[in-house]
Amino acid sequence: MAQTVIIPTPLRRFTDGVETVEVQGTTVGDIFNQLESRFPGIRARLCEDNGDLRRFINVYVDGEDIRFLDRLQTSVSERAEVSIVPAIAGG
Amino acid sequence: MSYIKGLKCRECGTPYPVAPLAICEECFGPLEVDYDYEAIKRTLTREAIASRPKTLWRYRELLPIEGEPTVGLQTGCTPLVRAEGLAKALGVRELYIKNDAVSHPTLSFKDRVVAVALSKAREFGFEVVGCASTGNLANSVAANAAAAGFTSYILIPDNLEKSKVIGTQIFGANVIPVRGNYDDVNRLCSEIAGRYPWAFVNVNLRPFYAEGSKTFGFEIAEQLGWQAPDAVVVPMAGGALITKIYKGLNELAQLGLIEAAGTRFYGAQATGCNPIAAAVKAGTREIRPVKPQTIAKSLAIGNPADGYFATGVITSTGGWSEDVSDAEIVEAIKLLAQTEGIFAETAGGTTLAVTQKLIAQGRITASDRIVIAITGNGLKTQEALTLAELDSIEPKLSAFEALLAGKKTVLAAAS
Repeated sequence: MAQTVIIPTPLRRFTDGVETVEVQGTTVGDIFNQLESRFPGIRARLCEDNGDLRRFINVYVDGEDIRFLDRLQTSVSERAEVSIVPAIAGG
Repeated sequence: MSYIKGLKCRECGTPYPVAPLAICEECFGPLEVDYDYEAIKRTLTREAIASRPKTLWRYRELLPIEGEPTVGLQTGCTPLVRAEGLAKALGVRELYIKNDAVSHPTLSFKDRVVAVALSKAREFGFEVVGCASTGNLANSVAANAAAAGFTSYILIPDNLEKSKVIGTQIFGANVIPVRGNYDDVNRLCSEIAGRYPWAFVNVNLRPFYAEGSKTFGFEIAEQLGWQAPDAVVVPMAGGALITKIYKGLNELAQLGLIEAAGTRFYGAQATGCNPIAAAVKAGTREIRPVKPQTIAKSLAIGNPADGYFATGVITSTGGWSEDVSDAEIVEAIKLLAQTEGIFAETAGGTTLAVTQKLIAQGRITASDRIVIAITGNGLKTQEALTLAELDSIEPKLSAFEALLAGKKTVLAAAS
């Protein structure tokens, strides 16, 4: 079973313009590793050198912000939708 | 004539061309407009500004458009009210209300950002505009889009105040309530913006949009006789307004239009959604997102995009941030109405209640020259208020006098 990752516009240059990518992982960190092996360089855009999620990126698993969960250790169920979303302005 | 050099990442400094882009591809930091201040300095003088119409476009050189503005031509220059009655109630000397509750055309400061964003959308050649909104931005995008001939798509949380929904629908906008809070709406909007070639004012036009908020600060300084206040208290949702007022005052100082701005910045939030205030109080710049639960729906952004920068502005200027309960917000709305005749929305109640708290804490003092930012109109958030039930009378003088006698008895008993 796979999960779907929604790739935001600023990262699509790594995915040849592809908007959604199918992966198989157990945690968000695991999924990031898989993205990195398929699209080299993408993880450095998502995470700081020390491995933490970058400040201006939000990651959601089925709509839930992983900062409310276990951050990169957040487990990901089968068929989950993982959204990577840049922080955007208020309104 | 353009005064824009390009866009630049606020975090890592990577330059970008002027385009509908908001996010740095290197680090995901927000992009900002980079101006040619040397060129601006040559034309933007106090005299030049004074000679121009009383709208926000009088600061045209410091706004990110290339040609003449095309949207929101009458917006800006709202009153700066010297609030003597409220000052007395708060025990301070010199207090002003910057009153965007009477902003043209939709009664909130969002008219400023939308004037700039839609003028820019037209320059970029967009035909469809949109936004994610807690209500005020929805009203303004819908109204200005109608007037300027854009099609609009407006995404809002499905629990908004009725007035804010009606005040969007009336303009013929495509209004889409989303089951969730603003942060859910924001995420969806960002994904839509990645797929459709539309101008989302607070997504792909954010660098331009946000610049409109600077005019709130420009006007305060000009209306104070080209001086910066000692303290300014600003409501915070995403945290953009407070950072842009700060930027605006600093630009004026850089251009020599005011003395170096020593203003202390104070941020106001509701306790039910206080991620920025909590960070300031904890002495950190890291924002921990929250799930909003407050009547101040226009401030109910649990994951504020500019929170990191807002905490920076607050701490670096010697300011502070506080939060207040829903009950305190309601009491402050009443106090402002009954001392100054200004009916502010819940965000305004939040800002005033926080001001009271900061004065009680001694962070703002009686001798400070204080400006309170009132950013929206109370007619839009009436659901937050429960006032006394009114009894009607027969249309007879005797009935009126009986009522008056009753009131006098009540007053006498109370004294």
